[in-house]
Amino acid sequence: MIGMEVHAQLSTRSKMFCGCTTDYIGAPPNSTVCEVCLGMPGVLPVANARAVEQVVRTALALECEISRHTKFDRKNYFYPDLPKGYQISQYDMPMARSGRLSLGDREIRITRVHLEEDTGRLLHAGDALETASESLVDLNRSGMPLMEIVSEPDLRSAEEARDYAVELRGILRAVGASEADMEKGQLRAEANVSVRPRGSQELGVKTELKNINSFRALYRAVAYEIERQVRELEGGGRVVQETRGWSESEQRTFSQRSKEFAQDYRYFPEPDLPPLELRPDWVAQLRASLPELPGELRGRLAEQYALSKFDVEQLSQESATARLFEQTVAAGAPPKQAANWIIGNAPTLDAQRLAELIGLVVAGTINREQGVRVLEEAQASGRAPGEVVREQGLAQVSDEAQLGLVVEQVIAENPRAAADFRSGKQQALGALLARVKEATGGSANMRLAAQLLRHRLIQ
Amino acid sequence: MTLTRDEVRHVAMLARLGLEPGEEDFYAEQLSAILAHIDRLREVDTDAIEPTAQVVQVGSRLREDLPEPSLPQERALTNAPETKDGFFVVKAIQESEP
Amino acid sequence: MKRRELSAVELLEDCLGVIEREEPRIHAFVRLSEELARAQAEEADRRFSGDGQVGPLTGIPVAIKDVLCVENVETTAGSQILRGFRPPYESTAVARLRAQGAVFLGMTNCDEFAMGSSTENSGYFPTRNPHDPSRVPGGSSGGSAAAVAAGEAVFGLGTDTGGSIRQPAALCGVVGMKPTYGRVSRYGLIAFASSLDQIGPFTRMVGDAALVLQAIAGWDRRDATSVDRPVDMLSSLERGVEGLRLGLPREYFEAEGMEPGVRAAVERAVLTLERAGAELVDVRLPHTDYGLAAYYIIAPAEASSNLARFDGVRYGARAESAGNLLETYLQTRRGGFGPEVRRRIMLGTYALSAGYYDAYYLKAQKVRTLIAQDFERAFESCDAIVSATSPVVAFPIGAKVADPLAMYVCDVLTLGGNLAALPGVSIPCGTSEGLPVGLQVLAPQWADGMALRVARAYEAASNGS
Ligand SMILES: [Mg+2]
Ligand SMILES: [Zn+2]
Repeated sequence: MIGMEVHAQLSTRSKMFCGCTTDYIGAPPNSTVCEVCLGMPGVLPVANARAVEQVVRTALALECEISRHTKFDRKNYFYPDLPKGYQISQYDMPMARSGRLSLGDREIRITRVHLEEDTGRLLHAGDALETASESLVDLNRSGMPLMEIVSEPDLRSAEEARDYAVELRGILRAVGASEADMEKGQLRAEANVSVRPRGSQELGVKTELKNINSFRALYRAVAYEIERQVRELEGGGRVVQETRGWSESEQRTFSQRSKEFAQDYRYFPEPDLPPLELRPDWVAQLRASLPELPGELRGRLAEQYALSKFDVEQLSQESATARLFEQTVAAGAPPKQAANWIIGNAPTLDAQRLAELIGLVVAGTINREQGVRVLEEAQASGRAPGEVVREQGLAQVSDEAQLGLVVEQVIAENPRAAADFRSGKQQALGALLARVKEATGGSANMRLAAQLLRHRLIQ
Repeated sequence: MTLTRDEVRHVAMLARLGLEPGEEDFYAEQLSAILAHIDRLREVDTDAIEPTAQVVQVGSRLREDLPEPSLPQERALTNAPETKDGFFVVKAIQESEP
Repeated sequence: MKRRELSAVELLEDCLGVIEREEPRIHAFVRLSEELARAQAEEADRRFSGDGQVGPLTGIPVAIKDVLCVENVETTAGSQILRGFRPPYESTAVARLRAQGAVFLGMTNCDEFAMGSSTENSGYFPTRNPHDPSRVPGGSSGGSAAAVAAGEAVFGLGTDTGGSIRQPAALCGVVGMKPTYGRVSRYGLIAFASSLDQIGPFTRMVGDAALVLQAIAGWDRRDATSVDRPVDMLSSLERGVEGLRLGLPREYFEAEGMEPGVRAAVERAVLTLERAGAELVDVRLPHTDYGLAAYYIIAPAEASSNLARFDGVRYGARAESAGNLLETYLQTRRGGFGPEVRRRIMLGTYALSAGYYDAYYLKAQKVRTLIAQDFERAFESCDAIVSATSPVVAFPIGAKVADPLAMYVCDVLTLGGNLAALPGVSIPCGTSEGLPVGLQVLAPQWADGMALRVARAYEAASNGS
C-alpha cells in the first residue's frame, strides 16, 4: 500500500510571506532574501493572496472540500535550512480535505491539501552529508510558497505511484498552480510504502521514501522498496518504521533516520497571522473559472475525435500539445492524421501551417516522407509548407502515364520479383515498389504506383 | 504536576538548550513550583469554551503577489558569525541527532 | 519648542547633559546613538527653518527600548545572544518617529527579550529607579521608564506583553500606555509573545502620550495583525469624566500582595475622579485568579517558538568551541540566553510538547477566552476600569530575583489587559512609602482615546492643570 505526500512550489511572483522574488534558480546564494525570509528578529509574515488562490484552485481540481475557516500553524524544529526555527504550515485546519484523483478507473483518495513555506538549502562542500565538517546555507529558497498534497494509502504498485505523480503534475499545470518540474525541485514526491500479506486487513509497518528527483526514480524507489519489504518479511524479519532515501547511483533505498526519535513538532496556531476565511462565493468563482482538467480533456479527445487510447494519452500530456491538435483539426486536418503528425513529429509549426502540410499529404500532392522533409524545411525556414513544396519541386509524381513508364521499366528490370508476385508471393510487390521509389527519387505517389504495378503484373 | 529530570532533559533537548551539571534538578524544582501555580487552571470548567489564539478579529489579511527588492547579499550576510562565498557556514550535521 | 524658544539641537544638548549626570546613577541606556541624534536634531532645525515638514514630534528626543529594531543601530533585546546585531531594516513604529523628525537618543535597557518585571534580567546590567537607585524601575521596559522619569528623554518607547509599559511607568512615576493589540504595528519589534506584545509610549504628561500614540499607530502592510481603523487619540482628550461610569473590579482591589499604601493612594485617586464627575460602579472580573496561570503558559509557549531563531547561524553570538551542529545549538543558546529566558523557553516548550498541549496550552487559551469575556461583560456597565497598576511600589534590587513566582505576581493587575487586548494607561497617583504609585485605566478594545481621556481627567483634577 502506497500513500503519497507531494510538495509543489506554487507559481507566484513573490514568496509566501515576503516580497522576495520566486525567481531564485541560478541566483547567487542568499541574494533573493530579505529580513523576513532570513528569519531576522522582529519581522512578521504576511500571506500571499495568489498562493492561497492557487491552493484552492488545485484543491477544487482534486474535488476536495474547501474549508471555510482555515489557519496557519507553526511547526517547530531546529535545522539550519529553517531560519525561524519553525515552519509556517497548517496542522489541524488545512485549506482543503477529502478529494480524489482518478487514475483510469481507479480512484485515489486525497486526504488533505495545505499551504506552507519552503525551507532553504544546505550544501555540503564536496563531501557527503555524514562526513562533511561544515555545511553551507543558502536561503534563496526559504519562504517559497509550497503546497502539500497528501493521499490516502490507496496506491497499489510502483506504476500507480508514478502515474499518480504524473497525473498530479498534469493537474497542477492545467490549473496554473505550479510548473511542477521535478528536476527543478518544483515537485517533490515522497512515498509511504508498506506491504501486507494478501488478504490481510492489517496495515503493515510503513517506510517513508525521500530524495526522489524524477518520475523514473519514483517508480524505481517504490518498486525496490516493495521488493525489499517482501524479502524482509518472507525471510522472517520485520520492517522498521523509518525514513529511507533513494540513491540514484546505487539504485536502492537506504536508511536515513529511524522513527525511534519521534519528532515533537509542538504545533500551535501562528499568532502572527490572522485566521483565513475562504468565502464560499469566492470559492464558487474559482470553481467556475477552472480550466479543463487532464481527465476531462482525455475524455473529450477520445469522444469528440474518435482517437485511440494511445493517441489520447500522447496528446494530453502537455496542454500545449492538446491545444495544437485541436487547432490543427479546426484548421481542416483530419483528426487521426493530425494526431499522427503531432505525436510522431512533435512539430513546432502553428496549427494553420500544420493543417496545410497534412492537407498536402492527404490530397496526395506529396507523400508521407516528402511531408516530413517539408515539415523540417518549413520549421527551419519559417516558410509555408505549400511554398516549400513549390520551390523545391517536391510534388509527388501522380501522373499515370509518367508513372506507368517507370513501372514498366521496373518490371522489365526485375523479372524474378515480377515472377514471384505472379506466382502468389505478395511480398514481392514491396520490393518492386521500392525500386519505383528509387527510380523517381522518392517522389512517386506510392498508392498510384502500387495500383499500376498490380495492374501490369496481373495482365 | 512535577517535572522529572528525564522530562527536563527531554524539554531542554527539544529547545536546544544545553544543560550544565546540576541544572536538571534546578529546573525540575523551579518549573515544578511554577507549574504548581499553573495547575489551578484545572479548577476552571472550560468544556464548552472555545480557545482564543488571537483576541482581536482582523479578518483575512493577505498581500498582493507583488515582488519587492530583496536585500543585497552583503547586507543579508553582514550579521553572520561565519560566511563563505556568499553562504552562511554551519558545523557538520550529525545524523544521530534526535 | 513649537514656539521655537528652543532649537532641537539645544533640546538634545539638554538631554545629553542630563544623561551625562544621571546615567552613572540609573543606567537607563544600554547604548547611546549620539551621532545619529545630533544629525537628526540638525535636520529637525532645518525643518523648523522652513525646510520640510514639522510635526509635534519633530526635534523631540526619544529613548527607544532595545527590542525595537533601528536600522543600522545595534539592537539586542537586552540579550548577549544579539550582541553586535545591526538590523538592515527598521521597526515600523520607529520608522514613523523617524519620518516625523524625532531624535533618537539611544537604546534603553530592558529585561532580556522583555521577560521580567524589574529590568534586572538584562543581559547587560540592571537599571535603577530614579526615585531611589537602590530599587528597581520595574520592567521589562525599565530603561525607557527611568530615562523619562529622570528627564534624560522627553519621551520613550516601550513594549507591553503583560504589563511591561504600565508597571515600570507606575514604579517610576511617569505616564505609560499600552494600546489596543493591533493598534501599533509590531513589525520590527523583537517578539516575546506575539499575541500579547504591543508598543506604546512613556511620557510625563498624558497629552504627550496621546501625541506619540497618534504618530505611531495605524495599519501597517507588514503586520497582518495590525488593524485599519481611524486613529484619533486627541479629540476627546480634554472632555473630562463628567457622566462617565468607571468600573472598580473588586478582584483588583483585593489582589494578592496588594500593599496597603498602594491601595490607599489608588482609592484617593478614585475619589478624585468621582469628585470630577465620574460615576463609580462595581464590576466583577471573576477569572482574575487564573490570569497569571494562563499568561504564564501562553507567553512562554509563544516565546519558546519566537526565540528558536537565535541559533547562531545568520546573526548574533555563536559558541565557537562546538564541534558539530547540535553542540553549536546547545552551547550557543545555553551561553547566549540568561536564566529567566531559559526558564521561560523550558516552560513554554514543555507546555507545547506532546502530551501536555491540551492540559496546558489549550487550557490556557480557553481560560483566555473566559478572561476576555469577563472584560466584555464588565464594560457593559462601565466606560473604563480603574485600579492600581502594580500591587507594590518599587522594590529593592535583588529582592525577588530568587523567586520567579513572586516576580510574576507584579503583573497580576496588568496582564488581563494583554490577554483581552485592551488599551491601558498608567498614570502617577501619589506615593506610598515615598515611592510612586500608578493608577491604571483600562478601556474596551479600540477605545484607546477613552483610556487616555480618563487618565487626562485624573491628571487635570489632581494637579489642577
Ligand atoms: Mg510539508
Ligand atoms: Zn524575503
